[in-house]
Amino acid sequence: MNTPLIPRLSLRAFAVWRRNFLVWKKLAIPSMLGNLADPMIYLFGLGYGLGGMLPQVGGVPYIAFLAAGTVCASTMNAASFEALYSAFSRMHVQRTWEAIMNAPVTLDDVLAGELLWAAAKATLSGAAILVVIAALGFIASPLALWAIPVIFLTGLAFAALGLIVTALAPSYDFFMYYFTLFITPMVLVCGVFFPADQLPPLVQAIAAWLPLTHAVALVRPLLFGEVPASIALHITALLAVAVVAFCIASVLIRRRLLK
Amino acid sequence: MSPLSVSTLRKSYEGREVVAGLSFELRRGECYGLLGPNGAGKTTTLRCCLGLTMPDSGEILLAGEPVPERAREARMKIGVVPQFDNLDPDFTAAENLIVYGRYFGMADADIRPLIPGLLEFAGLAGKEKANIRSLSGGMKRRLTLARALVNDPELLLLDEPTTGLDPQARHLIWERLKRLLAQGKTILLTTHFMDEAERLCQRLAIIDGGRMVGEGAPRELIRQHIEPQVVEVYGEDAPGWAEREAKTYSRRVETSGETAFCYVEDATPLLAHLAGQAALRTLHRPANLEDVFLKLTGRELRD
Repeated sequence: MNTPLIPRLSLRAFAVWRRNFLVWKKLAIPSMLGNLADPMIYLFGLGYGLGGMLPQVGGVPYIAFLAAGTVCASTMNAASFEALYSAFSRMHVQRTWEAIMNAPVTLDDVLAGELLWAAAKATLSGAAILVVIAALGFIASPLALWAIPVIFLTGLAFAALGLIVTALAPSYDFFMYYFTLFITPMVLVCGVFFPADQLPPLVQAIAAWLPLTHAVALVRPLLFGEVPASIALHITALLAVAVVAFCIASVLIRRRLLK
Repeated sequence: MSPLSVSTLRKSYEGREVVAGLSFELRRGECYGLLGPNGAGKTTTLRCCLGLTMPDSGEILLAGEPVPERAREARMKIGVVPQFDNLDPDFTAAENLIVYGRYFGMADADIRPLIPGLLEFAGLAGKEKANIRSLSGGMKRRLTLARALVNDPELLLLDEPTTGLDPQARHLIWERLKRLLAQGKTILLTTHFMDEAERLCQRLAIIDGGRMVGEGAPRELIRQHIEPQVVEVYGEDAPGWAEREAKTYSRRVETSGETAFCYVEDATPLLAHLAGQAALRTLHRPANLEDVFLKLTGRELRD
């Protein structure tokens, strides 16, 4: 009974979510600025600098092309950081989870709270960039509002993947591998900076299986005012990553903590 | 019904049996101690009782609920003070209590009125807004104790509640635990401090290697397991003396470094003999729980 494959969840997960929200509220302004600064530097630096030398990319100015990619990449980054570094602090360093599990809250509730929190924080991050690029006039129509649920779903997928890494991590150093071997290459092959069809067919075939590809495939048309192609495929892919990864994380973390 | 009963609990890690068929039962309103050296299986036993570690076999009934099957329901009715402080460092004292109450499904409106009383109990009256990082070790431990009371539990589980505290802070914790006992709460605590066990526990179990090696009231354990008088003999020659002569005066002698411990029914002949040994210093005292503990668990280091 220690390792059922399906997590056992309850509404207590929201008490965990609210705990993280209360911490965030205390540092909301610097946290928001920190989350915005990095993607904005890339967006403007590459968008105007590199974009000035390029003709249109995918039928739009390069900075508009890059903006949609930036929304997805920074959603991914925000969810990953929260599910790796912050969750690891709470699990391992501060022993916050241990305190919570002495109350009538199960480990699966804690994980669900962490997952939803990381996804929520990532949504805020992605949506903040959406607001900035809307103000700059890179958003074509109200269809772009549909990007917000896609961002949330992207956040869920990457938060769940991140929790798997956290479950296996002996220390913070371990997360470097995940970022350098998984996250960074994904940014390069999933159509964030340039259309993925620039890449060799083999790389394209691999990229088709990566969650960031599906997020970009949904968000970019929405920001250009178009209905994305194969909506069901992309949503199913992101949802499947979120659900499967969460179940794996749950089993691994139970194995780690409920020995 | 007993607030906690454990029967033939077993747990192994990688073939090593950490808890080896432990059984005990708490009586309502008592303080029961699990006393044992490091690695005796105390913390594993507590984790099993909370449903955080799956036992290999055995039965646990906590607050009337079978554990681990209904651990969540059982934890609704109890309070836990863990061995390591895990207060939320990002929160104030009051926020720590509110957030913890939420884990029990309590509404903020129900928790807020409890906060002044809980902080008062923790000796932190008026410190609602105090940052956790600014609190001393003793204050943190008392706040952790107050946090464990947020759901008004009938039973408290405390894992080494005064480890790492200075004497003043320990006495204050003991005084608070006695207050809780006076209110009718039941306490289970683990400790390796004899004075703590002797002061607080009505009954205790001495545990070693996951097994119970003695159980009873502290006085009763001393009477049962050990001679009433102890003469400690110090000096460079104490081990040599112990080997040559101690047996004449004392049925049981243990040597540790340059000290010989002589356990006797009547110390008079031994003391008369020692009065003539200029090189040896002596200390005559009644036997205590530590003597019992060392007799039952041995003198080897447990690292």
